[in-house]
Amino acid sequence: MTSSHQPVWVERPNRVVTTIKGILIGAILLVMIYPLAYVILNSFAGPEATTTAGLIPSEWSLSSYSTIFKGGIVQRSLIVSILITLVGTALSLVVTSTLAYALTKTRQVPGIRPALYLVLLTMIFSAGIIPNYLVVKAFGLLDSYWSLIVPVLASAFNVVVMRNFFMQLPRELFEAARIDGAGELSIFIKIVLPLSKAVLAVIGLFYAVSYWNSFFNALLYLNDSSKWPIQLVLNSYVLQGASMSSMNGAEMYNLPSSQSVQMAVLVTATVPILIVYPFLQKYFTKGVLTGAIKG
Amino acid sequence: MTSIQGRGMTDREAVAARPGATTLIPPDPRSSPPAGRMRRLAHALRQHKVIYLLLLPGMLYFLVFHYLPLGGVSIAFMDYSPFLGLSGSTWSGLDNFAKLFDDPEFVGTVRNTLIISFLQIAFAFPAPILLALLLNSLLSERTKRVVQAVVYLPHFLSWVIVIAVWQQVLGGAGALADLFQRLGLDGVNVMANAETFKILLTSQVIWKDVGWGTIIFFAAIASIPPQLYESAAVDGAGSLRRTWHITLPGILPVMVLLLILRLGNVLSVGFEQILLQQPSVGAEAAQVLDTFVYFRGVLGGDWGIGAAAGLLKGAIGTLMIVAANRIAHRAGSEGLF
Repeated sequence: MTSSHQPVWVERPNRVVTTIKGILIGAILLVMIYPLAYVILNSFAGPEATTTAGLIPSEWSLSSYSTIFKGGIVQRSLIVSILITLVGTALSLVVTSTLAYALTKTRQVPGIRPALYLVLLTMIFSAGIIPNYLVVKAFGLLDSYWSLIVPVLASAFNVVVMRNFFMQLPRELFEAARIDGAGELSIFIKIVLPLSKAVLAVIGLFYAVSYWNSFFNALLYLNDSSKWPIQLVLNSYVLQGASMSSMNGAEMYNLPSSQSVQMAVLVTATVPILIVYPFLQKYFTKGVLTGAIKG
Repeated sequence: MTSIQGRGMTDREAVAARPGATTLIPPDPRSSPPAGRMRRLAHALRQHKVIYLLLLPGMLYFLVFHYLPLGGVSIAFMDYSPFLGLSGSTWSGLDNFAKLFDDPEFVGTVRNTLIISFLQIAFAFPAPILLALLLNSLLSERTKRVVQAVVYLPHFLSWVIVIAVWQQVLGGAGALADLFQRLGLDGVNVMANAETFKILLTSQVIWKDVGWGTIIFFAAIASIPPQLYESAAVDGAGSLRRTWHITLPGILPVMVLLLILRLGNVLSVGFEQILLQQPSVGAEAAQVLDTFVYFRGVLGGDWGIGAAAGLLKGAIGTLMIVAANRIAHRAGSEGLF
């Protein structure tokens, strides 16, 4: 009947087992969805509404959002985060794709193989927080927006994923272009990149998500709170403001400390992820990344 | 050839040794006899100029931000002061390590790290396997896809967002507290309870990453030949026995590999996750190695001691990954590298 695409040997579902599975799945969905739905819906509660465990606020209003977008630190931090994400993702894609393409030439070009090993090796060690901080400081990047981009410009994992993708492109195309007199640069720009839109998209999305979510680097490298990205503002205003007894936090940022405003800040920081999520899911379920892990 | 490869990898040389004038007359590769390493190097650089230029920005990044910091590890052996810098500070041998081991806070830090790691291996590690098996047993493809779309999502949210959401639901002014109040019970604040903090951490890790963790197991399940299930069914094995005798053995290599790698990372427990919540539960319950390095070294100014703790963690971590990989090989798995 409904399970016509199932193989014939699959037995008819047992009613008890089906019920248990249904309850389990329902419980999982509830635990995953309820917190997000609770925060999103209650961020539209009016200033007079009291917070309850219910999903539907007693009074609807956009006042929390108008409070945030009147200007001030939340709005400014959103602009910072958007710019960091856009510039960072573009630079990361340029550096990752050029490096990944150069690293496909292990056979043809001397020196490429050791370079590949140097990149791969960075996956198993990290110098640690303090040595990284000292390098960023030595380059004068403290309190600069570049400190959120340059130290995390490329990840070895993404380089490997992209290199594997480039390696799978049909060689005949390169040979044909070479016979037509194309140099390496025009092969890379006119043949390799256009054929690699899928992998560029998925890796670009992963970089964008990590720039948007970046928290600790900003905490470590930016002392000037006027430069803070949204995640840091979210931490001070929503998390620390909520757990510290003193309300200095709220005054400092010139925001009323109502719960729905906190939720509105939280939703604003989450929305960009929710927007790109369908695209992300489309790609990673296709196995773009799992295939690369084995490679 | 090998000697050229050894030299050719420093890309700064590649640029320095490429004077603009010579590029005007590219020499025929076959006509210039390689007379010595420098000549051959210069030749390779000219011939593959574009590739080296494409290599340059990325390699520069990895050298500067992954290899150069290794030099900064030396402050673990120094009486480091930021005002004097690396060159002005005096060497102190193993003093920082001696101080570290005499520090009662460090002992508690290591204990917290290991307990949290153990809880995560015991509970957060098997969770995706169970979820993957449950989803795999569903007959309806549509239900499966809906559940997947929901459970993958939290992986992409930052820890700040995840903890803020939990705070709104389980915190002192959150939904759970409201529910308890209405039932006439005392208020609860799960988020600020130091005693149950480690369980809270594990639950958060499961909530955020259980879905993401299933992906690799789905890939493993998909690679099991369907004929195995068919013949087992014909032989009278029910769905539970098929799971036990076919699916589980089929994904066992992946499970072993991931478990070994997880053991290799035993000293790494969610740094941001714990850092964000330390103010609400206190350092005694929530100090782990990474947060110790940050609070002692960066914020407290004990740079040498912080760096020593960081070096210990990093060195043990790297050694354990290499050892774990070797064990994976011995167990017949391909390993990570």
